[in-house]
Amino acid sequence: MSVDSQMSTGTGPAAQDAVALHEQPKISIVVEFSGGLEMLFSDQRRHSLSIPAVDKDGRPATVAFLIDYLCRNTMKDSRQELFVLEDHLRPGILVLINDADWELEGEESYEIQNGDNILFVSTLHGG
Amino acid sequence: MPPVPCAICKTERALIKRPKNYQKLCRQCFIQIFEDEVHHTITSSQLFFPGEKVAIGASGGKDSTVLASVLKTLNERHKYGLDLVLLSIDEGIKGYRDDSLETVKRNAVQYEMPLKIVGYDELYGWTMDQVVETIGKKGNCTYCGVFRRQALDRGAKMLGIKHVVTGHNADDVAETILMNLLRGDLSRLSRSTSIVTGSNASEVKRSKPLKYAYEKEIVLYAHHKKLDYFSTECIYSPEAFRGSARTLIKSLEKVRPSAILDVVRSGEDMARLVPGQPSDSCGCKGKEAPVPKAVEDEGAGGCGSANGRAGGGEMAAMEKQLRENEKVANEGLETEVKTQKVQGQRHDRTNKSETEVSVSVPLRPKQKLGTCERCGYMSSQKLCQACMLLEGLNKNRPEIRI
Repeated sequence: MSVDSQMSTGTGPAAQDAVALHEQPKISIVVEFSGGLEMLFSDQRRHSLSIPAVDKDGRPATVAFLIDYLCRNTMKDSRQELFVLEDHLRPGILVLINDADWELEGEESYEIQNGDNILFVSTLHGG
Repeated sequence: MPPVPCAICKTERALIKRPKNYQKLCRQCFIQIFEDEVHHTITSSQLFFPGEKVAIGASGGKDSTVLASVLKTLNERHKYGLDLVLLSIDEGIKGYRDDSLETVKRNAVQYEMPLKIVGYDELYGWTMDQVVETIGKKGNCTYCGVFRRQALDRGAKMLGIKHVVTGHNADDVAETILMNLLRGDLSRLSRSTSIVTGSNASEVKRSKPLKYAYEKEIVLYAHHKKLDYFSTECIYSPEAFRGSARTLIKSLEKVRPSAILDVVRSGEDMARLVPGQPSDSCGCKGKEAPVPKAVEDEGAGGCGSANGRAGGGEMAAMEKQLRENEKVANEGLETEVKTQKVQGQRHDRTNKSETEVSVSVPLRPKQKLGTCERCGYMSSQKLCQACMLLEGLNKNRPEIRI
């Protein structure tokens, strides 16, 4: 018996918390950045991510949650305002959820599914 | 949300929501209607004639790439009979233009179009890197914008081409209109609304076939057609990304997507009220498609993007102008260029009197077209803008270089 499994059968509240944190369900998604946004994310277009399936209140992860998650965990650049303004995605950045305009999918409230492809495209750069 | 069927074909799944009318379309119907609308703009404005040689100002960015792709498609589909050439400007900025020029080179192969690259060094004896070395980063966008505008014309002349099309889109036009509105420059506002600019028949004519196309749809068109484009920001104008007019336009679009085309139409309507400044709107509104002869002088615009569009750079320059009005003397050169020969009639905040503004608009001297004494390029003054800037630059060039 490993320490882990002993803990998972533990009964104390502390042990249960530890389990909740440890076995938090995850979903695998692909997030892509283009139109110049790559530069905010390590100059990398495609990121395969495993993100929590639910937020801290236990609600399913939405695009709003993802945007916040990306700012906290994926963005290496300090210029967050180029991606987020006043807690929302910066106007002028398009989001495609599995190739569909996020406006057709409920925008920030769309609940992310395992295997989703979410593309952020900036229209703000020169052409 | 359950998948929505396309509003046109009713069978495929809608992937696009059009900003101008909220129509929900599938990929194929969207691509079709986007092309149809550009075709409509072209035919209703009589932009081209059969057999015309047309240079596409190509930067490798989304707008000019979409323009090249759409023009190739329409030229074949509707038998325009155009001879299309890609024309690119190399400003001489290491690490910025190199990659985008590679994109243009690939586009030339993909679209089977000849490509001409014109460098600032061969045209002016200065690369932008050298300009920045000499004058610093401040104000360098003015040089770049003026040089680029002429460079496209000169490149076109080298090729014996009298018509250059650029990738300016509805967002760009709306942005320029707002900027000119904010600085009280109605005559520029009027010119900026024209789909065709340039001078008389002997000079190079400019037009913007994507004038009514939303930037959002251009990006989506590029995405869904899997076009090969390049996006980067000019390393000398990081502020361009935050251009305020751009931000304003995008925020308006978020609240009311039709705002962008509404600003364009308002600009066209205002332009009609400006004396001696014929403007146009979509030619289908029942009038003869006009070819306005506006003198092109939007030269100060367009950094951060390649074909001289009025991007955030011009806005940044304008903001600076407003904010640092007191310091105008220090920036005399830039001011002179931007306001042409209306010294003393700067219509920004310090010129507080409203009557002054309303009186001075009709008093603006009419643009008289001549040629530059030095280079022979069209100019309304003794020296063209580029030669004026070059004069200043060459004075500062270290002796050794001469």
